[in-house]
Amino acid sequence: MEPIRRIVSRTVVLPQRDVDTDQIIPARYLKTTQRAGLGAALFADWRYDPDGRPRPDFPLNQPQAAGAQVLVAGANFGCGSSREHAPWALHDFGFRAVVSSSIADIFRSNALKNGLIPVVLDPAAHERLLSSPGAQVTIDLETRTLVAGGLTAPFPLDPFARHCLMNGVDELGFLLSQSGEIAAWEEAACER
Amino acid sequence: MRARTLFEKVWDAHVVRPETADSPAVLYVDLHLVHEVTSPQAFEVLRERGLRVRRPDKTVATMDHSIPTTPGGGRFAIADPQAAAQLRRLEENCSEFGIELHALGSEGQGIVHVIGPEMGLTQPGRTIVCGDSHTSTHGAFGALAFGVGTSEVAHVLATQSVLQRRPRTFEIRVDGQLRPGVTAKDLILAVIARIGVGGGAGHVLEYTGSAVRALSMEQRMTVCNMSIEAGARAGMIAPDDTTFEYLAKTPRAPKGAAWDRALTAWRALPSDAGAPYDAAVRIDASELEPMITYGTNPGMALPVGARVPDPAAVSDAAARASLEKALRYMDLRPGQPLIGQKVDVVFIGSCTNSRIEDLRGAASVLRGRKVAKGVRTLVVPGSRRVKQAAEAEGLDRVFTDAGAEWREPGCSMCIAMNGDQLEPGQYAVSTSNRNFEGRQGKGGRTFLASPLTAAAAAVAGRIADPRELAR
Repeated sequence: MEPIRRIVSRTVVLPQRDVDTDQIIPARYLKTTQRAGLGAALFADWRYDPDGRPRPDFPLNQPQAAGAQVLVAGANFGCGSSREHAPWALHDFGFRAVVSSSIADIFRSNALKNGLIPVVLDPAAHERLLSSPGAQVTIDLETRTLVAGGLTAPFPLDPFARHCLMNGVDELGFLLSQSGEIAAWEEAACER
Repeated sequence: MRARTLFEKVWDAHVVRPETADSPAVLYVDLHLVHEVTSPQAFEVLRERGLRVRRPDKTVATMDHSIPTTPGGGRFAIADPQAAAQLRRLEENCSEFGIELHALGSEGQGIVHVIGPEMGLTQPGRTIVCGDSHTSTHGAFGALAFGVGTSEVAHVLATQSVLQRRPRTFEIRVDGQLRPGVTAKDLILAVIARIGVGGGAGHVLEYTGSAVRALSMEQRMTVCNMSIEAGARAGMIAPDDTTFEYLAKTPRAPKGAAWDRALTAWRALPSDAGAPYDAAVRIDASELEPMITYGTNPGMALPVGARVPDPAAVSDAAARASLEKALRYMDLRPGQPLIGQKVDVVFIGSCTNSRIEDLRGAASVLRGRKVAKGVRTLVVPGSRRVKQAAEAEGLDRVFTDAGAEWREPGCSMCIAMNGDQLEPGQYAVSTSNRNFEGRQGKGGRTFLASPLTAAAAAVAGRIADPRELAR
């Protein structure tokens, strides 16, 4: 994984709340055995009309969305299915952070393992970003703050996840380093 | 000793390394369930790093999401080459890494959350994970069971452990008695409507109270299954004699002296008197009605006799926008009664409602009646064993005599990956768990309800109150 310390980008705003992972990537795209290339299917049923043409009014299809790395979405983003294809698709499309006032548990956990930063802001800061699409923002992992214009908003980030993101290391390496303790636990469990 | 909840007892017993400010807990996993859709990329991680599966003996795989359910179909019915390749990959992975696989057509095959309990693999006090959000189902036995993503599937394959911060606890206390025609599905839809689709986030729910104690194991599974639809990772119910009676009949439950030892441990699991929860709600079961959803998330649910809500009456702007968008997608008018709404398809199945009691419930409505003209009705048992049990009771004949399709086991139209799906614009009453846009097929519109309400809709061709068809 690429180390990430800071993201500087314009935002794309998807204001609706409770965006579920079935919308982020519909189930018919889950028949793949790969993780690459899912960006084309991101928000497929919202992004394309029934003939497969991009819907011009969908935020991701607007010219100013090109190259944006930060998605600002309504509350409870990523609810529903545990499919990790959702953060894979967002990352493959080019996003490096998702900003909301709340982010569903499994999605947040999956995002952190794929270089996609879940940024949970207080409702007032969130509201300001929702109402200013295309805002230039800086997300700094060192200080755990999002800065946009006159706004400086702190966000929580688990120290362990932050360490992994900033150093480009993955959690599996840490778990594998615990093999001795896992084996000891198994042995003790056998005796119980 | 400090009074602890059921969740805390199971959590504490599985901590390999406690959490600190700098790192999450290492939590041991007793049972890892695997299916074809969320595992291929995880096995690929093992190959890339030259790792083996640490405990193949604690890992069980099945095929459920993308398999056909065409009657008598078997693997020749797999028309989709991508699905066929994914199923082949699971077979190769299980064979290479030595994992027990219940493949398509085999005796033990079925939906992962149906076969775990029926085999007796789901036991009180266990930690259970699967790359599937409805893993919460297994909490019905007093297990701590939650869905994980594919990266974590790889973690568990390689280390039999996951990294977790300890969630908070949330007591859902349901006292009183459910009235006739009101089921476990109605209970959980009412819970989600009450606390909201994000209301359980960061928490493990524990369902308590006399109404929960009165539920059968299959009904408890229906309740715990949909905990994720309230945003909770897991839902749990304390084990009791109902749990032990169910387990005693399963093939892989402990036997003899091991059973006696297990029973002693299981009886110590229920929450201690006075154990504190981080949050709580109380619900009176006797006030509940048959429930049905009208919108595009499972929290948008009302008693079946209610009218579609009016966005103009909603003060919160985001909630109003969400309701407006949902009604546009569903093509429903504010104030319209839900009863009488036309339906095109009825789906009875899924990890929420595809067990034998669910099928008996649906059959009680359909027996001697006909599915309304023009309504397609699919009945999809949750596993091969459920299918055999239903056929032994003659339920298959009840369904086919009524004009419904009796199909092979699988996830089917709950996730619509296998060709069982709605056409754009069609309305379905479904016993599954998600009414998200396009969930049952692109452009399809879903009303979630109980097997009784779904069967009533099949007969009426419209949304109907199941109590009017009760016998």
